[in-house]
Amino acid sequence: MTSRSYLDFNATAPTRPEVIDAVAEAMREGGNASSVHADGRAARARVEKARQHVADLVGAEAAGVIFTGSGTEANNQALRSDKIERIIVSVIEHESVLQARADAVICPVTPEGLVDLDALSQLLGESDASTMVSIMLANNETGIIQPVAEAARLSHDAGALFHCDAVQAAGKIPVDMKALGVDSLALSAHKIGGPQGVGALICSDPSTMPRFVHGGGQESGLRAGTENVPGIVGYGVAAESALAGLEYFGALAALRDDLEERVLAIEPTAQIFGKELDRLPNTSKFATKGLTSDVQVMGLDLDGASISAGSACSAGRVETPYVLAAMGVPDELGLCAVRISLGWTTTAKDIDGFIAGWQKLHDRKLARN
Amino acid sequence: MDSLVTHKAPADTRVVVAMSGGVDSSVTAALLAEQGYDVVGVTLQLYDHGAAVSRKGACCAGQDIADAGRVAETIGIPHYVLNYESRFREDVIDVFADAYVRGETPIPCVLCNQTVKFRDLMQVARDLGADALATGHYIRRVETAEGTELHRAADETKDQSYFLFATTGAQLDYLRFPLGELTKDATRQLASRFDLPVAAKPDSQDICFVPQGRYADVVLKIRPDAAESGDIVDLDGNVLGQHEGIIHYTIGQRRGLHLDKAEDALYVIRIDPEAKQVIVGHREALATTTVKLSNVNWLGGAVAESDVIDCEVKVRSMRPPVAASLRLLKDGYASVELAAAEHGVAPGQACVFYDGERVLGGGWIQREKSTTEAA
Repeated sequence: MTSRSYLDFNATAPTRPEVIDAVAEAMREGGNASSVHADGRAARARVEKARQHVADLVGAEAAGVIFTGSGTEANNQALRSDKIERIIVSVIEHESVLQARADAVICPVTPEGLVDLDALSQLLGESDASTMVSIMLANNETGIIQPVAEAARLSHDAGALFHCDAVQAAGKIPVDMKALGVDSLALSAHKIGGPQGVGALICSDPSTMPRFVHGGGQESGLRAGTENVPGIVGYGVAAESALAGLEYFGALAALRDDLEERVLAIEPTAQIFGKELDRLPNTSKFATKGLTSDVQVMGLDLDGASISAGSACSAGRVETPYVLAAMGVPDELGLCAVRISLGWTTTAKDIDGFIAGWQKLHDRKLARN
Repeated sequence: MDSLVTHKAPADTRVVVAMSGGVDSSVTAALLAEQGYDVVGVTLQLYDHGAAVSRKGACCAGQDIADAGRVAETIGIPHYVLNYESRFREDVIDVFADAYVRGETPIPCVLCNQTVKFRDLMQVARDLGADALATGHYIRRVETAEGTELHRAADETKDQSYFLFATTGAQLDYLRFPLGELTKDATRQLASRFDLPVAAKPDSQDICFVPQGRYADVVLKIRPDAAESGDIVDLDGNVLGQHEGIIHYTIGQRRGLHLDKAEDALYVIRIDPEAKQVIVGHREALATTTVKLSNVNWLGGAVAESDVIDCEVKVRSMRPPVAASLRLLKDGYASVELAAAEHGVAPGQACVFYDGERVLGGGWIQREKSTTEAA
């Protein structure tokens, strides 16, 4: 088999070579970042350097960065506060937000896939309970960028706190926490070429955050447990590279658009979601009636291209992916949707590989109907 | 073993293998991979395995899906899991439950083969450009000048032809059964030789989605109304006792009638779903010589409607074939005259036709028509 086309960056990105080197180096160096001695101080320095890089990626203060074990954990920590009586989350949030609390109030989206701000305003006005709103910056499945700044303003005007899951957006588009006006952000290292198993919760005011993992005093006492120094170091390097590579990442839109045009040329009835909206430059979500998601994912895999049917976290279901269902997409289309997500290793050859494989599937199935 | 697909080299032949996670389908995949085929393993997730999670020796539960994945990893083939829970529920479990409610004794394995496996999975295999779909069934496929024939497995004790009678000619053309010539022992030896992680796994038993064989629990979960009690009556209509729902009974059943008198001598002769009656009697009353069938699948080639076909038939999976004469009727119906009476012919079961080793097809046993009623 020739080289594969990896087109599933939104599931996880390939680890950047400089990250691998930095992680290996950190593992060789060792040291517990909480220790008093020189080895500990060296580990601490590496962690703090990484903290600064992660803060820089989203225009935040290093002091507001709490390293976690994942983006999921960061979302949970922000949303599962005892001080918050009510949370409002959009229906297209990641499972780690949707399931953070069983009593979450769900805010709908428009058929285009944007959070319905009128509905949000109404929900905010329905109760005086202390409220936190959580809306993602970019949707993991469609890549559609959500009106977070406006939603945060509405929330603050209503006296609510605002958390934003920026796991898919950070490192793919410029993110400025202050301009967004959010109280907290959740991030993940492996989506931008860092190691898996590291995330961050970034707070404008860490003193308002609840302690999530109990034990030692690590991470300002908010997340106990010996720091994953190699992972954090890798994350810092990935954040630095991602920030430097934002412009290049933005240019991936040209490859993505080319892919979509070629899909439409093969099958004019293919429906691309969010094509007219602000989207992540690397993400394409489209559906082709009659060509099920399963068959596309398996067929392309066998042909050497890695894509996904939807969020990797919800794979294995037979319903229309909930993000599309929330947009009112019917099953006959929703069950036939796939997500292609590009990244810094993607070349025109990968797109060619995808198109060649997709054309085969298409001709086998749809050309004979 | 001959090549799976004529005029095509193994490396150019893509074969989807339906992998349950059991020994048989695992060896099937390993054999084909060893022979150099482009093997793609697919496991169907058919039901919420939470309910059946502690089951040993049934197919398709969560552990079995994981086992299939480990086998695929061991033999180095791609492996996918397709979630067919909703269609399995609709096409197999619901139909299974409804059959019990109608007083029948269903065979869900046949429905599963007919729907999720040989309709849906087969379609996926074709969409993936596969040349064939292989399964670990013990049954043989024989290509002749007249077409493809279905034959009983070489290992009589493992023969699964009863559960595959509904396989159509078109499906048969696409299917492959690499284990049909093997004994179960040979399959186990192959599993050891391939060092498969499932080599020592027990054989599957019973019905995969029914935990501990408690089928009535499954029926009641789906059709809660099916537990209506009624009378147990003798053949003359005298009430002998009460039952807690006809779904608990099958034709020929002797145990569990809980009657005060003569319990061990009485069998379930008929089930009347409308009157909610379980009709019991002595063993002679079970004797049946005429069996009416519907939805017949005929694999025996061209025959005229009036032809009387001498063959052997099986009316239950565990019975040996018996001599019979068969007449194919219009609209998929058929009538079978047994040379000697069979005891315990139950509606909902299959009657499968054989000509020696060859499977000629089969049909579903219809309600009514015991010897006493037969024309």
